Amino acid sequence: MNKTLSIIMLAVALSFVVRAIAAPIETFKFDSPDTEKVFHKLSDELRCLVCQNQNIAESNADLAKDLRLEIYTMLMDGKTEDEIIDFMVQRYGDYVLYRPPFKPMTWLLWFGPLIVFIMGLIYAIRFMRSQSSEPSQESMSEEDIERVKNLHADLDAEQGEK
Amino acid sequence: MGNVQPTLLRRFMPLIIFSVLVIFLAVGLTLNPREVPSPLIGKPAPEFELPLLLQEGSFSNKDLIGHVTLVNVWASWCFACRQEHETIKYLSRQGVRIIGLNYKDEASDAKQWLAKLGNPYQAIAADRDGRIAIDWGVYGAPETFLIDQQGIIRHKVIGPLSDQAKFDALMTVMETLNK
Repeated sequence: MNKTLSIIMLAVALSFVVRAIAAPIETFKFDSPDTEKVFHKLSDELRCLVCQNQNIAESNADLAKDLRLEIYTMLMDGKTEDEIIDFMVQRYGDYVLYRPPFKPMTWLLWFGPLIVFIMGLIYAIRFMRSQSSEPSQESMSEEDIERVKNLHADLDAEQGEK
Repeated sequence: MGNVQPTLLRRFMPLIIFSVLVIFLAVGLTLNPREVPSPLIGKPAPEFELPLLLQEGSFSNKDLIGHVTLVNVWASWCFACRQEHETIKYLSRQGVRIIGLNYKDEASDAKQWLAKLGNPYQAIAADRDGRIAIDWGVYGAPETFLIDQQGIIRHKVIGPLSDQAKFDALMTVMETLNK
């Protein structure tokens, strides 16, 4: 038990190491820790268009490098987070955003999981109701009750013999 | 009678849900995730001014106005650009105005490439650090933009023009502009 736990903890720890190593090494100098935070947030949330399953922060693609520099330059020019996101969306479309924007086109995307969950919930409740109501209300006739009583009596008698 | 319909529906519900799912996934499979639709279509070409590769002088977005133009993003290191080069030359012979945007390339490599394979471009703007290409939403070479007489981007081709389907799609839009 203890051994399994330590292996799991090691695996979790290692996964952090791998993530830290995966980011290409570049040194940008920031004038404040806040700006640096925004830089990392942005490059984490923007998709690299060359290696589409990576964000701009982690990709080694040439374009990702250029875009990191672009984000850095804009931050140094005093641009806000929203302005930089707008800049990217104007050029590359909503596709660069890992977090899709909330608009009529994407409503299904945002609400879809909730709708599916509610449908499942309704189905589950209906199913459980039908399960619990059936035997008590309908099927037991006088005859059946008599038979059950007899069976119980037989069973008691059998156990009494042992 | 009233009872038949709901039970029938209930019985076929899983099949209906499954079919809808299959249709969605089938459509999804035919889409190419490498081709990101450009938000620039229908908008004016981004402002820029770049030095020419082969002569003194510069090329700017203002030079795009007044003609139907193809802006072809290419580089000597780009293998697919070599693939589409014959198609670009063919279009040039047909009288199409083609401007090259030489993307993140060494000037000497680019010149050598042209000397060897031929130069179908009316002018080539050199985007040495790829900064202007970012404004055009370029994320790889080759890419080709169709610009109308007013300088509006009308169509974008991602990947080599030698692909028949891409070529045909471009021609369809171009024919509407030349009328």
